[in-house]
Amino acid sequence: MNAYRNFFSKITEINARYGKSRIEMSGAVRFSLMALRVYLIALVALMIYKFVQIAVQG
Amino acid sequence: MNFFARLYYRHRKLWKAVRLYLVIAGPGIVVMVADNDAGGITTYAATGAKYGYHLIWFLLLLIPVAYYVQEMTVRLGAVTKRGHAEAIFDGFGAFWGWFSLLDLMLVDWLTLVTEFVGMTAALSIFGVPPWLTVAAVIVLMAIIVLHGRYWTFEKLSLLFCALNLIYIPGAFLVHPSVRDILRQGLIPNFAGGFNGQMFFFLMANIGTTIAPWMLFFQQSAVVDKGMLEKDIPWGRFDTLLGSFVTVIVAVFIVVVTGTVLHGVDIDSAAQAAQELMKTDRYVGTFLAIGLFDAGLLGAICISLASSWAFGEIFGWAHSLNTKIRQAPWFYATYFFTLVTAGLVVLIPHAPLVLITLFVQVIAVTLLPAALVFLILLLNDRATMGAYCNTVTQNVIGGFIVTAIVVLSTLYGITVMFPNLFT
Repeated sequence: MNAYRNFFSKITEINARYGKSRIEMSGAVRFSLMALRVYLIALVALMIYKFVQIAVQG
Repeated sequence: MNFFARLYYRHRKLWKAVRLYLVIAGPGIVVMVADNDAGGITTYAATGAKYGYHLIWFLLLLIPVAYYVQEMTVRLGAVTKRGHAEAIFDGFGAFWGWFSLLDLMLVDWLTLVTEFVGMTAALSIFGVPPWLTVAAVIVLMAIIVLHGRYWTFEKLSLLFCALNLIYIPGAFLVHPSVRDILRQGLIPNFAGGFNGQMFFFLMANIGTTIAPWMLFFQQSAVVDKGMLEKDIPWGRFDTLLGSFVTVIVAVFIVVVTGTVLHGVDIDSAAQAAQELMKTDRYVGTFLAIGLFDAGLLGAICISLASSWAFGEIFGWAHSLNTKIRQAPWFYATYFFTLVTAGLVVLIPHAPLVLITLFVQVIAVTLLPAALVFLILLLNDRATMGAYCNTVTQNVIGGFIVTAIVVLSTLYGITVMFPNLFT
């Protein structure tokens, strides 16, 4: 139980330590990160679609 | 006399440079040769069998691609003294950091399974049972990393890199026509026309040249080795040499299968080795040994890439220069990924083909992110200072990254939907 608590407190600590991005959020950086988000959402949606397709076909 | 004095001086200077390189050599050449892992060997063997020598020119184009991407990790590691995972957490915050770390863990573990698939298949040709291969590999890898010195690990890995050159004598044994190689291989062409299958093969070759774990591995290795800004030129040379070696080895594999197995459908490198055994016992044996070596080298590097990344983020001691007692979590992660991946191969009827395909798809989600972060980090003048990307480097790097992102995405999509482009 203690090990779990330590693990989660470590994760909380990491989240706090890296809570803010250090790189200056210029227009180019913002655009790149937004494009990456859109890309990943589209790709994950495609994977879910494929997974459902395989599941339905058995 | 003056001439001989100058000759001696030049020779001494050159020898000094070679000795210095042998000290610095490592991360670049190891990561590049390890990139010719079990999956890579399979792709090259299948490419040669399918298209003969016709795609050699395309492989040669991948030399600068591999160099430009990996060179950025050398600069980033030497300047920031941080691994790639930590650089992403620090630069872009916890959300992107966790995304990259968890994705890396998943991709690495699945790739590790494919390395074990390759190694067990290679040794099964010699009658070695899979359980024995898995056990021997784990013991061998334990010996390599438990010496408590990065230097030992690196030099042993370089030895395995040298074994990867086994394909070169193999190619000479099959007596290929040099004229045909030059005529068909060096002039850009698409044999049989540019169709869906050709596109799939081109993308597969790109996919095996740049993998997400390579970025994480080389940057962490640069940090663990203790390379400084002044070592960057040597790091660049090491990476350039590595990119040449990896592609040259790939070309020789294509020459072997293109000469002997042209027109045969190849699904795995082990199958190629078995087919080659029928024609030339030595060449088949070389391919099988090379496949085992490729899987082993890939496994060593991939499991380390994950352990380094975890150590960086969780703040554990994470250096090969530490003993097990000093860095228990680092070694625990290393052996956990290794042993579990090895055990999956031993499960009867495990969906190994599905896992192999899944690796390619999941890698596509991490690769663009890792490459975009890499370019952005290299443009952070506050951290990189004089080592920041120049305009030319951004244009070349940006072009390569965009091309890899587009092509690897299409590759991932064609793996999921094979009939999309046919």
